[in-house]
Amino acid sequence: MRILVAVKRVPFTGGKMVLASDSRSLETRHLGFTISPHEECGVEEAVRLIEASGGESVVLTLGPPEAIEQLRDAMALGVDRAIHLQTDGAEWDPEGTAAALLDAIRADEETYGPFDLIFFGNESADSGGYQVGLRVARALGRPAVTGLKGVKVEGASVRCEQEADGGREVYVVPMPAVLTVKEGLNLPRYPSVPGRMRAGRKPVATSSPLRPESRLQLVDLVVPGGPGRQTKLLGSGPSAAPAVVDMLRDIGLV
Amino acid sequence: MEDGEASLQALTLARTWGGPLHAVHADAVEPFAPDAIAAILQRSADDLSVSAVFAAGTDRGNDIMARLAARAGLPFASNCIAATPGDVVGVVRSRWGGSLLETAALHSPRPVITVAPYTFRVTERPAPIEVDVKRFIDELDPRDLTVRVSEHVAPPTGGVSLAEAKVVVSGGRGVGSKEGFAIIEELAGLLGGAVGCSRVVTSAGWRPHSDQVGQTGTKIAPELYIACGISGATQHMAGCRAAKRILAINSDPEAPIMTNADYAVVGDLKEIVPAISAELRAARAAHAPLPGPLPEGERGQ
Amino acid sequence: MSNLRAHARAVVIGCGIVGNSVAYHLCRLGWRDVVLLDKGPLPNPGGSTGHASNFIYLVDHSKEMTALTVESVNQYKEMGVFTQSGGIEVARTKERMQELTRRMSSAAAWGIDPVSLITPAQVKELVPFIDESIILGGFYTPGVGVVDSLRAGTIMRERAQASGALQVVAKTEVVAIEVEHGRVRCVRTTAGEIEAETVVITCGVWSPRVARMAGARIPLTPAVHQMIDVGPVPRFAGAKGDIEVPIVRDMDTNMYERQAGGDLEIGSYAHRPILYDPEDIPPIEKAALSPTEFPFTQPDFELQMQHALELMPEIVGDEKVGVKYAINGILSLTPDGMPVLGESPDVRGLWSAAAVWVKEGPGTGKALAEWMIHGESEIDLHSSDIARFHEHQRTRAHVRARAAEGFNKTYGIVHPSEQWASNRNVRRAPFHERERELGAMFFEAAGWERPMWYESNAPLLEEFGDRVTRRTAEWESRWWSPIINAEHLAMRERAGIFDLSAFTIFDIQGPGALGAVQQVTLRQMDVPAGRNVYTPVLSHNGGFKSDLTVMRLGDEHFRVVTGGASGMSDKKWFADHLPADGSAQLFDLTTAMTTVGLWGPRARDILMAATSDDVSNDGFKFGACRTIDIDTVRVLASRISYVGDLGWELYVSIDQGLKLWDLLWEAGRPFGLAACGIGVYGTTGRLEKCYRAHGNELETEYNVVEAGMQAPRVKAEEFVGKEAHLRHREQEPAAVLCTLTVDDHRSKSGEKRYMLGREPILSRDGAAVTDRRGRRSYVTSAGAGPSVGKHVLMSYLPPEQAVLGTKLAVQYLGERYPVTVAVVGSTPLFDPENTRIRS
Repeated sequence: MRILVAVKRVPFTGGKMVLASDSRSLETRHLGFTISPHEECGVEEAVRLIEASGGESVVLTLGPPEAIEQLRDAMALGVDRAIHLQTDGAEWDPEGTAAALLDAIRADEETYGPFDLIFFGNESADSGGYQVGLRVARALGRPAVTGLKGVKVEGASVRCEQEADGGREVYVVPMPAVLTVKEGLNLPRYPSVPGRMRAGRKPVATSSPLRPESRLQLVDLVVPGGPGRQTKLLGSGPSAAPAVVDMLRDIGLV
Repeated sequence: MEDGEASLQALTLARTWGGPLHAVHADAVEPFAPDAIAAILQRSADDLSVSAVFAAGTDRGNDIMARLAARAGLPFASNCIAATPGDVVGVVRSRWGGSLLETAALHSPRPVITVAPYTFRVTERPAPIEVDVKRFIDELDPRDLTVRVSEHVAPPTGGVSLAEAKVVVSGGRGVGSKEGFAIIEELAGLLGGAVGCSRVVTSAGWRPHSDQVGQTGTKIAPELYIACGISGATQHMAGCRAAKRILAINSDPEAPIMTNADYAVVGDLKEIVPAISAELRAARAAHAPLPGPLPEGERGQ
Repeated sequence: MSNLRAHARAVVIGCGIVGNSVAYHLCRLGWRDVVLLDKGPLPNPGGSTGHASNFIYLVDHSKEMTALTVESVNQYKEMGVFTQSGGIEVARTKERMQELTRRMSSAAAWGIDPVSLITPAQVKELVPFIDESIILGGFYTPGVGVVDSLRAGTIMRERAQASGALQVVAKTEVVAIEVEHGRVRCVRTTAGEIEAETVVITCGVWSPRVARMAGARIPLTPAVHQMIDVGPVPRFAGAKGDIEVPIVRDMDTNMYERQAGGDLEIGSYAHRPILYDPEDIPPIEKAALSPTEFPFTQPDFELQMQHALELMPEIVGDEKVGVKYAINGILSLTPDGMPVLGESPDVRGLWSAAAVWVKEGPGTGKALAEWMIHGESEIDLHSSDIARFHEHQRTRAHVRARAAEGFNKTYGIVHPSEQWASNRNVRRAPFHERERELGAMFFEAAGWERPMWYESNAPLLEEFGDRVTRRTAEWESRWWSPIINAEHLAMRERAGIFDLSAFTIFDIQGPGALGAVQQVTLRQMDVPAGRNVYTPVLSHNGGFKSDLTVMRLGDEHFRVVTGGASGMSDKKWFADHLPADGSAQLFDLTTAMTTVGLWGPRARDILMAATSDDVSNDGFKFGACRTIDIDTVRVLASRISYVGDLGWELYVSIDQGLKLWDLLWEAGRPFGLAACGIGVYGTTGRLEKCYRAHGNELETEYNVVEAGMQAPRVKAEEFVGKEAHLRHREQEPAAVLCTLTVDDHRSKSGEKRYMLGREPILSRDGAAVTDRRGRRSYVTSAGAGPSVGKHVLMSYLPPEQAVLGTKLAVQYLGERYPVTVAVVGSTPLFDPENTRIRS
């Protein structure tokens, strides 16, 4: 099998959103970075599928030079090689991102053959556009299923499970297909030390695409303020229990 | 449009743009086939020469609208909390699950916009004009039916669904272990609510991901959210911010969640949560209807 | 919210292991009204204590660090938070195996046992998952353990709170420290103001920032050390405790591995030094993890993964064992690797206990509290004293350069005489160029470049032939040259000229000057003008705070000369004891004056040739000091000699220092004057005269009687330590300072070996020698005595062994060498009648 996973480098945020001085990005001086959570599960799924059936997995990202960390992280879990579309750190909008990824996918497929599956995150943790995977799928003319919590390859098709109303909806689509996944699809493994060491030696193909004009242009970022909630301290320790129950009674839950 | 509040909220925003409002139902094609709905939407939009297309920013809504944007070659602004019409549309979008807002300029001949759920109060029930989509359905390209629901697996019976529950009792790192959740389950049970948890808990394998409340888990809007031993990282707050009321129980009085809550109790949740359960039981027993004849041997007590 | 006390005896800022400990011990020792603050929440405010690996190795080559560690372990044990696991330092190289024998020596010298050198097979028995084929052996300390430092801090804090003496306020930030007339006055916080008599900064990496609020400097830098956690480890499944296997320090790779429950924690001090400024540390709400846990930088750990894999392939190479946690942890580093303790020389009442690791936390808290309340700690803290730094050593550039250089030596093999490479050539004597031309081998002291010996003196080796001891073994030949011994002989035969520019020199002047110097010195200071007095400076408990020379230049004018190493803290000591009425002032002349030493039998001849002033024995007696003119140079000449020979220390203003050197050099030529380095001045010269040195023989732990330095009478005037000193004179000393000589230098392989100092003194059959106060005997100084043809060692011995001719042994690099007591007390080995010095 051949599987591709597209990932995005996003910061690990803490208890508060802090903006950089230009208000067009987060202040990331004290923050670490990671693969966006939904995509981590995509990487894990890709690795598992290749472990089961053999073949090759590839991880792809559009991101700054530092995004090599996320590519190595993915390869430490078992992905075989990486493609790094390097940006200068400026943000790309969803259309631009999809176009660049598409070019890279087409180029790779031309050399190595089509990917049976391409995994995307349902949406990225930061900008949350919800659309890059679907745009790529449309351009490739492949079926796409979104928000998956279950993936099972059955012959030439893939059985996909999506959460809806507490239950699951099942789609069965033929491969090659594009799947966008959600956290909860699996519990990603931690990389082993040998895995990390191998990752350092795995190949990364790097290029620098040009950023096209954006039709959804970022103006600035704002931390939502507003009055917030006025916290009423009901007490300390177990002796606060009666006050809690009073509150429950007041709001009609007792 | 789908059924539900989210779509009504989307309609509320759409109405501010003026002009006639047309609607296509997401279940126009059964079973659900997102490419087909997108195709129908595209045909309807062209047919009616609409100036913009709106939908709710639910999973389904975003799915359909992204497909529409892709096939129509248009930009798509998802999860907006505001959208101002004009040559260039000004949108305010939700980032980080709502913990950050982005102001952006949308350059598009036909704005495609989804509206972030739980951000608009439905003030009236806007009644859009139903589009007759029958002929579009007849003319559907079979390829648009490749992606289609083939089976619906019912949710496990019993238990309260996290997304629907009126009360959610949620545990974080402070619960300490898988076994520690027993007291959380107890309180949830007494309140007829669901059990939730933070991402730290699911990463540690103490609870299944389906219990996770947060940006990459389930986003909930219960009447009451009780957060026990949860610090309140932004990605968690993104999942519970829409709760009507939040009660935070934490040993750190300055944890972020404590200032994002309506009520707070400071202290060790391992002592406080069972105390609340006990108090609840006592309160209910005190208000219970009188029992029948006293059993033998207990008369006169 | 909180009713912050309006007034406090002490405000302790920072609630990590050190702050909790200081607050606790202050209250335990009787202070009330102590306030402990932290800007973070409790119990984990987000400092280094919160992520420390929490293990404690007992043996350090530093006596001071070992003492603080042992005291800390005792406290941790008393609190019930210590889990003994044992610890092994493994060696991958032969060089390291030799170093481990030094560990054994230090353990014996400081009294840590049991310890043992073990084979790879034995290491494997203790740590089954180690690959013993890549190690050569290990140094095993069963007493090593781990502690719950957060819990310990909480226990100490709560004990003090329970007594009512301590108020603890979390989530409260200090925004200003007000100073009035050079003394702390009050602390301003986000919750109000506290009038404070003393302020203690225990803020870990934030300490410099907080100190700056008061206008004081704390020379440390935050720095990274990496740690990862891998697991779950199959072998540790079902582990009942946190740790059940000894901790391993992989010394040659600067790494450690320890079990942590079901995981293995791997730490590294091997990566490139990554230093931060205190401003870079974010406040807790901006940090994703904790403020002192920075995101992990994988590239810095690449080689370390390889090393960990080599040592513990069973665990680290297991594909199912995942890297669960990885951080760049932040800790504090200082320029010399020692903590920063004591009252700030910049601001009175402002105390520091910074750059302290978990392993010495509680001990430091106790020591600092004793220092604050009693004026002195039980453990001699002269190497950690915040006052020790010279100005240039407090600069950011110096701190960073040395911290970076020292970081990768955390588990390094550091030779006792090893020299720093970074930030050299900061302070140079005016005659530096002459020294350079003479092929000086420069060593650094207090920032000064001083010649240890001169390569151009190589011909002296031939001249003195067999009388010059050579060394063949690599270790003791490092940072050494036989030329030192040759220079010594040249001096004893003819004369030597010495660069003594590193002295710290300051004047005490004013009507109250006599009283001021009397107050801190043991010897009588009311001597006629024109006399110099060598005197110990005692601590409150009668031990040695320092030793130095005082010259009376006038009725109200005294000049103090002390070594560069202790100069700054000595200066503070004198300044602190100046009379409150301002009747005496202190003037630092260190950079205004330079000093040249001229000693040897021909010294007078040389000086007579250079000056027309009367320098005959009658005209210029031993112990006198007087201004003379050498050509156009006005020189303060003082007849005193740390090398125990005829001669003078010559003090001159720096601008004319070069001229003085040249004049003396010319005058000395016909007499065979040799340039002599510190190898002679600091070691060979003084050792054969049995002269004591501060930091070696003289510490607060030993008293004047034990050191054999009591005078027949004690002056009537009051001085610090008098009461204790009088008591000591009444007591039988628990130990007596002796000089020993080595009988046979031959090792098992037949090579002659030469001890360097700090080795344990044992009985001939290897038993420890301990005095009635539990102090082990060890070599306080070691070196050649070329004029007596012996290798000389000094050591305190219990009275039973302090007898001429007693046969003992010294343990050096794993072997025992026979030694004999040659002097009990202070009679010199060479020229016991002191005829040369008084000639």
